[in-house]
Amino acid sequence: MPDVSPAAAYWRANLRVLAQCLLVWVIVSFLLSVILVDVLNTLRLGGYPLGFWFAQQGSLYTFIVLIFYYAWRMNRLDRQFHFEEDDEGSN
Amino acid sequence: MSLQMLTYIVVGLTFACYFSIAIWARAGSTGEFYVASKGVHPVANGMATAADWMSAASFISMAGLIAFNGYDASAYLMGWTGGYVLLALLLAPYLRKYGKFTVPEFIGERYYSKTARLVAVLCLLVASLTYVIGQMKGVGVAFSRFLEVDFSTGVFIGMFIVFFYSVIGGMKGITYTQIAQFVVLIFAYTVPAVFISLQLTGHPLPQTGLGGTVADGTYLLDKLDLVLQDLGFAAYTELKGTSINVALLTLSLMLGTAGLPHVIIRFFTVPRVRDARSSAGWALVFIAVLYTTAPAVGAMSMFNLINTVQTGEVGEVEANLVYEDRPQWFHNWETTGLLQFEDKNGDGRIQYYNDKNPEFAEQAERFGWEGNELVKVDRDIMVLANPEIAQLPNWVIALVAAGGIAAALSTAAGLLLAISSAISHDLLKGIFRPNISEKNELLAGRISMAGAILVAGYFGLNPPGFAAQVVALAFGLAASSLFPALMMGIFSSRVNNRGAIAGMLAGIGVTLCYIFIYKGFLFIPGTQLLADVPANWVLGISPEAFGAVGALVNFVVALTVSNMTEAPPASVQALVQDIRIPKGSGSAQAH
Repeated sequence: MPDVSPAAAYWRANLRVLAQCLLVWVIVSFLLSVILVDVLNTLRLGGYPLGFWFAQQGSLYTFIVLIFYYAWRMNRLDRQFHFEEDDEGSN
Repeated sequence: MSLQMLTYIVVGLTFACYFSIAIWARAGSTGEFYVASKGVHPVANGMATAADWMSAASFISMAGLIAFNGYDASAYLMGWTGGYVLLALLLAPYLRKYGKFTVPEFIGERYYSKTARLVAVLCLLVASLTYVIGQMKGVGVAFSRFLEVDFSTGVFIGMFIVFFYSVIGGMKGITYTQIAQFVVLIFAYTVPAVFISLQLTGHPLPQTGLGGTVADGTYLLDKLDLVLQDLGFAAYTELKGTSINVALLTLSLMLGTAGLPHVIIRFFTVPRVRDARSSAGWALVFIAVLYTTAPAVGAMSMFNLINTVQTGEVGEVEANLVYEDRPQWFHNWETTGLLQFEDKNGDGRIQYYNDKNPEFAEQAERFGWEGNELVKVDRDIMVLANPEIAQLPNWVIALVAAGGIAAALSTAAGLLLAISSAISHDLLKGIFRPNISEKNELLAGRISMAGAILVAGYFGLNPPGFAAQVVALAFGLAASSLFPALMMGIFSSRVNNRGAIAGMLAGIGVTLCYIFIYKGFLFIPGTQLLADVPANWVLGISPEAFGAVGALVNFVVALTVSNMTEAPPASVQALVQDIRIPKGSGSAQAH
């Protein structure tokens, strides 16, 4: 797509990363922790029923990983499209 | 040394620390007062955000909420953490790039409308004020329980301390005090949890202890499920409500978390857009330390409570604790009124079971039980009494007092800053007196903060009846009005002033209506149209969970109205393009 501006291409790439991250967010918090909880509870993680573990532990850990993954991907995109900020920041 | 003395020393030391920080971090400009000059390191901001976020309720009440609701309380755990994913991915970096001082300011400029800004200010004020009242009450409770001073004296001391470091230090002072408060509160929360986990399961980490085994070799959670069911309660790890309500409550709390202004403005304080992204991650790391410990505290304290009362096989006479033999902590908490016993069948023993379960009634009758005799077990004691139940040394109890106060103060300060910036920056400078000098705006900020402290203190001393209902209101408002308006402002350049205003009003409208139907008009008792019980809820959706529906209404109305009316002016479309790209965050800061 030669006629797409760098800003538009950057935004499209950002939306793609966003969609991936939010998909994982939905799967972990709503699918595994709520909708499929009874099925997963038949499996175990140590003394935890698996669905219960996702709802009270696993989803929280996943959220942390998601945010840092997104930050890392976006920092890479910033550099790739030369939209990164100056190192000294805004002050 | 007596517990009393120790508590005074520990709490006094933490206060001295907050005061020193306040004097060191005085704010001299509006930039320092509102956003700490945008010079806060992302990890430091993450820690301050965690303290800002974790309120008296998180510290004192959440573990109890989990203890009594088991799996169903997962909605709170996921909702109050998963919101940070939305914040980090959808709002924080772009609002930081926008680079100004307040949330309503962005809404006003993006939707080129003072009305939109005013609606945002109103939502912010209602959500933040109701929230801060709870914190003041929390300070009063912590003081009266641990330092044995009057409740009102406690509130006054709390007001004075918050006044001192917020009014003088502004965002700068608040930020560094919150970091200190985070350290105090997280230490106070995890130390008792580690000891209890060690005692029950041998695991030093509560997070693995909850999945560990108890003395007889069975898994803690299995055992807890079993003893609860033996007493007629639902199993701890299983769903008690409906899936749709748990899912919608989770989503509403997530949207509300991402839309609460006092959290969003914390991300205005970091130097760069990339810092806003990672800072949200750090915030969640620090929050998760408490939020992954809380389920263990909840389950383990429930387990301890039941084992104290029910010492053997259910139904055997000898297996119920003789009231005269009750442990010392039981005594202590009875005197506070948070734990109450009533010997209904007159046998001098304590029976704790689910007397609302018709299937268990026949069994209870056979045992000669005439109703649940622990007539009151306040959920707050699950955290507050923990150190005593686990027989921990007095300094741990003193620490819990300091931690509870730190949690309440740090959240109160963040809320007060959001309130004062909305009044002095959005109302005064933005709408009524655009030509006000910076010096006068700073003064106005300080005066409005002092005013907010007085209002919060007044309601803390005279709690309105609806204090317990504010969670639904604060999160419902943030989820149904602010979050959609902010998100569409960034992700659509087509949504215009009319669409945004119509969307916000529609979102707030349906959410408030739904809450008021079940909780009473303006929470006035007796004005409920329907009783707040699951049978009456539309599709089984509780009022607390309705914010997500309100958000959906907001999105639909805003997009429909915008598409039927003219596109926003070119300058606004350029603003949207500009905030999407990190480069140039420095120049955008010129104010």
